[in-house]
Amino acid sequence: MYAALAAALLLAPAGSAGSAGTSFLTAAPVTAGQPVQVAAVTGDYLYWSFATIAGQQPDLTAKVTLPAASDRHGPQAWTIEVFDGLRRRQPCVAGEQSPIVTADTAEVTLGCRLRQVRSWAEPSDLDPLPGTYFVRLSSTEMPERDLGLPVKVDLTLTAEMGDTGADQGKLSAPLNPVNRPGAVLADVPTPAASEEPESGASWDFVPEFSSRWVWTATGGILAAVAGLVGFSFTRRRTRRA
Amino acid sequence: MLVLVGMISALWAIGDAPAYADEGEPEAVPPSVELVLDVSGSMRAKDIDGETRIAVAKRAFGQVVDALPETTQLGIRVLGATYPGDDKKKGCQDTQQIVPVGPVDRGQAKAAIAKLKPTGFTPIGLALRRAAEDLGTAGSARRIVLITDGEDTCTPPDPCAVARELAAKGTKLVVDTLGLTPDQKTRKQLVCISTATGGTFASAKSEQELTDRVQQLVDRAAVPPPVTPAAVTGAKSCEQAPALSPGVYSDRERIGEHRYYRVPLQPGQELRASVSVALDRPINRDYGVLLKAVTANGRELVRGLDAASGRADVISSGLRWSAGKAEEEKAGEEEKAGEAEQAITEVCLIVSNSFASSTPAAAPGMPLELSIDTVAASTAPDAPGLGRGWLFLLVLIVAGLIAGVLAGWLTRWWVATWREN
Repeated sequence: MYAALAAALLLAPAGSAGSAGTSFLTAAPVTAGQPVQVAAVTGDYLYWSFATIAGQQPDLTAKVTLPAASDRHGPQAWTIEVFDGLRRRQPCVAGEQSPIVTADTAEVTLGCRLRQVRSWAEPSDLDPLPGTYFVRLSSTEMPERDLGLPVKVDLTLTAEMGDTGADQGKLSAPLNPVNRPGAVLADVPTPAASEEPESGASWDFVPEFSSRWVWTATGGILAAVAGLVGFSFTRRRTRRA
Repeated sequence: MLVLVGMISALWAIGDAPAYADEGEPEAVPPSVELVLDVSGSMRAKDIDGETRIAVAKRAFGQVVDALPETTQLGIRVLGATYPGDDKKKGCQDTQQIVPVGPVDRGQAKAAIAKLKPTGFTPIGLALRRAAEDLGTAGSARRIVLITDGEDTCTPPDPCAVARELAAKGTKLVVDTLGLTPDQKTRKQLVCISTATGGTFASAKSEQELTDRVQQLVDRAAVPPPVTPAAVTGAKSCEQAPALSPGVYSDRERIGEHRYYRVPLQPGQELRASVSVALDRPINRDYGVLLKAVTANGRELVRGLDAASGRADVISSGLRWSAGKAEEEKAGEEEKAGEAEQAITEVCLIVSNSFASSTPAAAPGMPLELSIDTVAASTAPDAPGLGRGWLFLLVLIVAGLIAGVLAGWLTRWWVATWREN
């Protein structure tokens, strides 16, 4: 559904004018299915951020309209990079992530598809987790003379929902950036005594709704039907006509 | 040379509240911005759409002033505007603030701009220093937009070194630079100034380009960053390291230096940390950053690292850590056994880098941004309680079928026995 929406919007004559940040802290939010278009210059580092939930498969496409070929003096290497809420680099599993363009190319398209966002991962893992993601679009190599020339950037994000039952577990809090200034502690707090396990009924053991519920319920029904069929096999055949 | 050094001071009224604002958090201090405009003799050159650079710059400024949001507080500083002589000593002191930082009086600002005449030298370094003073040290972010058509004619001091020095003082200072048809030397200098402060460089060859870019920079300046990092100084060892509560911090780290921080943790908490080191000077092609979490006695818990090559503004890494079940059980057992070792209540974070630069790696170091968060630890999931997949369905169906057949036989046997009796 998201993809269809995004496609419909892509067909619109122009992306809506948007903004881009210049650092992790000022990254401009983008949402799936709403392309943004920003004016920038070569050499800028453009930052966007987007929110994800478990099961999504974020896919980014960026189109950069380069300055006139007459103003350029050599090849440029562009790159689109994605970082999670803890600013850890996330690999792209599909898409042209870092193309190199020759001096006469008019525009360049970059893409990055992330792995499906997992609902839980070991703390030491780098798996994609729900929360904020940062996108950085920049050029990693270019002739010094070509810096500061105007470019136009179109960014599109789609986030199709993948299989929700593929994963177990739940993260206690999504990976979002901290948005408050820190404070150096004068005296280190002593660790509180470990909390006693809560008494009373807990429903934690019931998994959240996912495709597994559908599979399991369907399986139960099919097993019941199969049971009836099996039962009927053992019935004495009634008189044949 | 006419350098338009525009100082826009946009003191933004309380902007969007931070998304995750805590109660009782002090209100964000609005950012301030300054426009610094070069009005040196070279701005007389007639090479932008057949007009003089100063005429184009004036018109562009007029348009930008017209489009300024009501809440923006604007200051304009010029350099090289008054001293026409040849005495370098005097010419290099030639910088004035023509519009004081404050709410914009459009008429006054435009009148002040209209009066400018291209005159003297280009003391960029001094103008930057004065502009930083005009902005004060308050504000969540300070921004200077420097517009010039030529390089500094008053070196030393090297304006690039001045910019780096200013950026290391007080709240974050960003210098965005705009070159009017810049030559190679000017471009190099402006790129250096903007890189040193995490700003941007753009060149403008037409009035449209100039207007668009200044507008864009002013708009960006009007959006305050969601958080102002608190300054902290990392130590050389874990014992002396500052204890940090969750939040965002800024520090400086020299090339090859290790900085230590401590984070106290409660049982059942997960530590989340990320670090970004800004590349504020020319460095060798390949570089990396390492964030390591260790216990107080130096045992490594987890590490986050990243490496890259080529142009970049920052390099970042992050990590998550929480005591696993095994760890907690072990600590529990040891406690019972009366051992001194307890559960980990404090994690040491070490930030190190692998930069190399031909620029002397003296103080101030490279800007470092550290963010710390503690959340409830996530529990590892048990084996799945529900099934999924075609094989699972097949197994259920076959099991159902077998159960049905068995039930059928059992029923027949039971009915037969019952009838006989």
